[in-house]
Amino acid sequence: MTVPAAGAEEEGSMPEGMPEAGSVEPEAGADTWQHREGNAPASIVACPNGPLLVRGDFEIVTPDGVPVPRDRETVALCRCGGSAIKPYCDGTHKLMKFDTTRRRPVPKPARAEEAAG
Amino acid sequence: MKIPAPRGRVSATLIDLLQNRGGSGHANAYGSLNLLVDEALAATPDLLRDEDLQLALFCLYELHYSGLDGVEDAAEWDPELIRVRARLEAAFENLLRRTVPVPELPAPDSEAVAETLFRLAADDDGASVSRYVAGKASVEQLREFLILRSVYQLKEADPHSWAIPRLPVGRAKAALIEIQADEYGGGRVERMHSKLFGTTMEGLGLDSGYGYYIDQVPALTLASSNAMSLFGLNRRLRGAIAGHLAAFEMTSSIPNSFYARGFRRHGFTDDVTYYFDEHVEADAVHEQIAARDLAGGLAEAEPDLLADVIFGAATVLAIDALLGEEQLRAWQAGESALLAPLGNDGGTAEAALAATAAAGGVTA
Repeated sequence: MTVPAAGAEEEGSMPEGMPEAGSVEPEAGADTWQHREGNAPASIVACPNGPLLVRGDFEIVTPDGVPVPRDRETVALCRCGGSAIKPYCDGTHKLMKFDTTRRRPVPKPARAEEAAG
Repeated sequence: MKIPAPRGRVSATLIDLLQNRGGSGHANAYGSLNLLVDEALAATPDLLRDEDLQLALFCLYELHYSGLDGVEDAAEWDPELIRVRARLEAAFENLLRRTVPVPELPAPDSEAVAETLFRLAADDDGASVSRYVAGKASVEQLREFLILRSVYQLKEADPHSWAIPRLPVGRAKAALIEIQADEYGGGRVERMHSKLFGTTMEGLGLDSGYGYYIDQVPALTLASSNAMSLFGLNRRLRGAIAGHLAAFEMTSSIPNSFYARGFRRHGFTDDVTYYFDEHVEADAVHEQIAARDLAGGLAEAEPDLLADVIFGAATVLAIDALLGEEQLRAWQAGESALLAPLGNDGGTAEAALAATAAAGGVTA
């Protein structure tokens, strides 16, 4: 995942005299320039009872850094654990009745602290 | 598309008129066509399964897609033909509104709409065709399955693209474009879904020309395609076409994994099953976007369209259930799910079936 360049929030204001795309890379503000040319920064939608929908500028890699084959701009990543095409979603969460509102019960010590606090 | 064989007086008169537009006496022909349509609409016991009327409507819609061979492009906006189409459409829409079961409407906000649509799709028990394909279908039945689906799949995504200029600037439109771009291959023609379906057909020795098997396909399958065109081509039904796409995507990824299994079971390779494999992954993405951002986003932007969004989605499930029933009944009885063996228009159907049987794919 590419971290948005420093000053990305200023992307709307481009300094006068910035070179056209394809010309020599400017020294100052190079990150901003690169960001402007690439995709939007990555964003992840946590779909209720479903996958994580990822858009924008990101890369999915193995622990060794090898890119995982990816065929589309926006992907859905499995989070129910049931997909047969991990890391991608194949809709299996619907068969599993995967429920993102369910939470692990809070352990007893935590409850005690809560009560104390 | 090639001119289909007529299936009754309405389609015969329409096709004759289309081929002889501008000829002498064609003003009279419009008059008799209108009369025939009214008579047929009044007499039909089941418009959804009326071969003659569904084919006539399909031909009229086709003028807005790839056109019909030998018919002037200008026929698309012939006011007399639009008038006939509107009559057929009114009866068809009325039937769908009367018969499609619609759940209680949710609040017009994105998450509530998505939840209702996901529940509607989950309650659908029409998954039996995919299970049959996965476990039992013969190669001949797989071919029939592809022929039936080819009516839509060889123009996949087109009917929903009509909605693009009809949606307001905002979340719903952005969502539709994101889905459609993926359907059309994201700029790579070899990944275009309609193209991938053609490859699958060719892998089973079928002709992938658009409309090649049209004479084989029963009314109900034409009706399924006609419903999409009805919703897509009428701006006032933009809610229904948005809901239609959402339900379409939401009932796709899991069945497609079953379809892929059925083709692999018969030894077909990855290039044949690629269409289905691709849809497992793609539609798991699309259904999330279609439910919340397209259907939900449109309901938020135009709350008056909420009922139509849900109606459009429910229509997919209702027609799919009928199609599934009809297909399975035929297959389980050892019959063909296609029109040909029913003896309706024997000649052309037999010729097309012979082409089906020919190995290596026959090109027209």
